[in-house]
Amino acid sequence: MALLQVDRMTHYFGGLQAVGSYSLRINPGEIHGLIGPNGAGKTTVFNLITGIHTPTEGGVFLEGRRLIGLRPHQIAALGLGRTFQNMLLWRHMTVLEHVKVAHYAQINYGLLSALLGSHRRYADEAFIEKNSLHLLDIFDVAHYADQLVANLPYGAQRRVEMARAMAIRPKILLLDEPTAGMTTEEMIQMIGIVRKIHEQFKVAILLIEHRLKFVMELCRFVQALVFGKVIAEGTPEEIRSNPKVIEAYLGSEDVS
Amino acid sequence: MSGRSFMITHAKSIYGSVPLIGWLVGMLLAVLTESFFGNTLAYALYLPKVPALFGLTIVLKQPSLFPATVFYVLLIYCLPIFAVAGLTATWANRFAAAMEKLPLWFSAIIHIGVLYLVLHLWTDLSDYRLQISKLTMIAVMLTLSINVINGYMGEFSCSHPGFMALGAYASSTFSLALFHQDRLFGTPLLPEFLGPYMFPMGLLLGGAAASLGAMVVAIPSFRTRGDYLAIISLAFMFIVKSVLENLEVVGGARGMGGQPHWATLPAVFIGMTVCIGVINNFVNSTMGKALNAVRDNEAAAEAMTVNTRRTKMTAFMFGAFWAGVAGGFYAHELRYINPSSFGIQMLAEILAMVYFGGLNSVVGSVVGALSIQMLSEALRPLELFKWIIIPLLLILVMIFRPTGLIAFREFNIRKTFGPKVLKKRI
Repeated sequence: MALLQVDRMTHYFGGLQAVGSYSLRINPGEIHGLIGPNGAGKTTVFNLITGIHTPTEGGVFLEGRRLIGLRPHQIAALGLGRTFQNMLLWRHMTVLEHVKVAHYAQINYGLLSALLGSHRRYADEAFIEKNSLHLLDIFDVAHYADQLVANLPYGAQRRVEMARAMAIRPKILLLDEPTAGMTTEEMIQMIGIVRKIHEQFKVAILLIEHRLKFVMELCRFVQALVFGKVIAEGTPEEIRSNPKVIEAYLGSEDVS
Repeated sequence: MSGRSFMITHAKSIYGSVPLIGWLVGMLLAVLTESFFGNTLAYALYLPKVPALFGLTIVLKQPSLFPATVFYVLLIYCLPIFAVAGLTATWANRFAAAMEKLPLWFSAIIHIGVLYLVLHLWTDLSDYRLQISKLTMIAVMLTLSINVINGYMGEFSCSHPGFMALGAYASSTFSLALFHQDRLFGTPLLPEFLGPYMFPMGLLLGGAAASLGAMVVAIPSFRTRGDYLAIISLAFMFIVKSVLENLEVVGGARGMGGQPHWATLPAVFIGMTVCIGVINNFVNSTMGKALNAVRDNEAAAEAMTVNTRRTKMTAFMFGAFWAGVAGGFYAHELRYINPSSFGIQMLAEILAMVYFGGLNSVVGSVVGALSIQMLSEALRPLELFKWIIIPLLLILVMIFRPTGLIAFREFNIRKTFGPKVLKKRI
């Protein structure tokens, strides 16, 4: 059984078809890529899978369980982690608090314990803190733990966001343009980080990316999306040489 | 190094290392001195009576007495406090360090006990002080509870006077119908001597009524944020007010009077302490931090498994609960309530306190409630001009510190009670 399966998912915004009959299968431990020009509907695909929008047609399944109709936080708690193109960090919170809050679904104490400070609350909080610091350490941002995220350099902010996404214990991680706005050097670092996550946490990854080099390095299977439809899929080499993909990215030759 | 700056660094090196318990013991000595020698000294200084609020109320009323008042305050309060705090710093630190090894509740009880003793002795000298202290503590509860919604959750809610009114009316009805002879409800159903013991129940009932009201506001306003919630909650405040005005069972526009005087100093003090403790506990837990996440970015919070709908609902009802409890205390302190006291002016006062003190901060709420309350007492002789000066001050705070005086600071109880590290002397 596939870990994440998307069956002929279609979504309309008003009369506009944003995603048309999109299908996907990811098995445990695979890294898939999704490429496409601006406005192709890549982020919409993510939003549909994670429950922010509900697809007009089609189904999404995580380990055989239907996700449509669930609220985003329920889907996330089932093991679907994601990052955002523009990060969406919480600007008044420290780095450590970011990772701690992502443990929300793993809290065992109730509201009353939170108010009165029961034994279980302290045990839970101690576990969450320890786990959070461990995650920060893995992503090499532990020394920023008590700083507000806004004070961090860009690359570190990206790593904080990844640490936050890993704190929900995802089985599959959706990365939305993890290298947006990065220099080539930072991008190469990011390749290392994604590889590390993949190996250390045994997590499957679906990533949206603009930069072909990033995709070529990491993915074995790539889909190219144009105007909400998959125009080509296959290994990175096949995608790179596919005339339709070249046309979508560079335009066709016979411009009138 | 010049003499003056030497003095300052010297003072800093002494007083920077005084733990909280040292200050509290100093305050205890100060109020003890006052209760023994206060009247004599006031007489000797040609003051009509002991200055009620450190002379704050005299400044504008009788400026000629101001120098004598300053002398009084220096001699009675400042001298003992600074002498004791400075001289006992070493022992106080040792004591605090010893207490730190014991469970937290132990040192909490000692600190809170000493604080209560100070307050008790201080308010013993004048009824005016007593009432101001109680109203200030009620204001602290209100400010904290609105900070949960406006600060921690980041919504602009205006329905706090409405919640307070619900709490005040519910708990007044509880105590008047069950325990006290009254023109509205007639003979009480239960013997009156049980009343004071059942007062917590009445307060809880008031809190519950306010929470229920919060649920009614929250359900239609779930999908709105920002300005829309402000408008809906403002509407709710007016709805509560008009409903109460037209409900003859609870006295209508004439209001409800004759509540038994159960809001005593210990009762209000315990209420405030529990309120601070519980709210602080909540906002420092991961569950409470989720509120901040919802405020800063709801989509990201949802993607990080936070049940945003439940979180918002809980916080809203929780904040309203404490507003209701504060309303219950308020009704039993003034012993008369009518719908028009829970109107736009009270909203303005509460909002002034929370935005002055600082959003997202427990200490800020306490400071805000305390300073606005004191200021409003000091400016009382100015009558209407008070409402020009306080808003002006608020505008200045908003310009120079947009989020309030002490915003976004965590209140760590353990650290507050613990010993202060001795700084190196230069």
